Amino acid sequence: MNFLARLFQLIGKEKSKETAKKRLQLVLIHDRTDISPEMMENLRKDLIGVISNYLDIEEEKIELDFSKEERSVALVASIPVKSVKRRAERRAEPA
Amino acid sequence: MDPRIIVVTSGKGGVGKTTTTANLAVALAKAGYKTAAVDGDIGLRNLDVVLGLENRIVFNLVDVVEGACKLQKAMVRDKRVENLFLLPAAQTRTKDAVSAEQMLKLCDELRENFDITLIDSPAGIEQGFRNAAIGADEAIVVTTPEVSAVRDADRIIGMLESMSKSPIRLVLNRLRPAMVKSGDMIDVKDVLDILAIELIGVIPDDTSVVISTNKGEPLTLGDESLAAKAFSNVARRILGEEVPLLDLDAPDQKGFFGFLRKALGL
Ligand SMILES: Nc1ncnc2c1ncn2[C@@H]1O[C@H](COP(=O)(O)OP(=O)(O)O)[C@@H](O)[C@H]1O
Ligand SMILES: [Mg+2]
Repeated sequence: MNFLARLFQLIGKEKSKETAKKRLQLVLIHDRTDISPEMMENLRKDLIGVISNYLDIEEEKIELDFSKEERSVALVASIPVKSVKRRAERRAEPA
Repeated sequence: MDPRIIVVTSGKGGVGKTTTTANLAVALAKAGYKTAAVDGDIGLRNLDVVLGLENRIVFNLVDVVEGACKLQKAMVRDKRVENLFLLPAAQTRTKDAVSAEQMLKLCDELRENFDITLIDSPAGIEQGFRNAAIGADEAIVVTTPEVSAVRDADRIIGMLESMSKSPIRLVLNRLRPAMVKSGDMIDVKDVLDILAIELIGVIPDDTSVVISTNKGEPLTLGDESLAAKAFSNVARRILGEEVPLLDLDAPDQKGFFGFLRKALGL
């Protein structure tokens, strides 16, 4: 590795071991919880259904994934909102 | 000590199960325990060559479970180390040649005849692995510090837990301290964080392992290498001794010249 590359590695870039560790932690969450892509897809559909009762969302841009913090696992969803529905449009009781 | 049967397994192939089994078996026998090294990789026999006993095989595991010969007759006695015996796998049969019941019965017989039995497991999570593990009390999971190997180890640990093996302990093999230092290899601590199991040893990546396999002479027979020491320490921990982890830093990484070399990226 030349000097410049090493310097860049020192100041900015993440070490490959950190990348490896993060990737492993995430992949093991899926492995261990045994959540199939199919189940994730169903979860996504159900979520869209529920949230659409309240908000107008961009369905195609939804990001749904697990993230690991220290010792706990979080389900992180990023759901872009187009607009908030007017009161009358909202359903009285959530489904 | 009650007789113990320990399966050496991994999920992923090529991570060092057979090497570990051979070196631990030699070290345990040298410590005075009557030791059986069982090749559970039916159809892909390997433990015999790593132990250097391939020319002495007459019968094999399948012959024993099928009742074609007695266990004592099939066990190859190692002439270099007292107390060490190999039960070779069949080379010309497939793993379907052995059933789970047959393995359980074999393990009962091994328990009657040996202080410690190590079973070298095939890679994978299929029947071959299950057969190797089914009769064991304990497990040693071997992994290397790589994403794919650690992932497979996690899967295997889950299966061993559901089979009620205890303890299940980890050998981290082929660690390269220089790469760990430069941040390009996951470290012991990382692996333990991720897998959350007990560590029983760390083996450095060491060219002496390849040389010893070439010769059919496990390192623990008497080699002075760091890997030999690391394997011997694992054997001592199996026997209940408390042994601190080795300092694996290669000598050329130490001292002023080591520092200089590293600073210059050599
Ligand atoms: N600590 C080590 N240092 C260097 N080479 C190793 C080490 N452990 C294993 N090897 C090599 O890796 C290869 C696979 O090892 P092996 O024990 O046959 O793996 P497995 O039984 O898990 O398939 C062999 O060529 C072996 O010599
Ligand atoms: Mg093997």
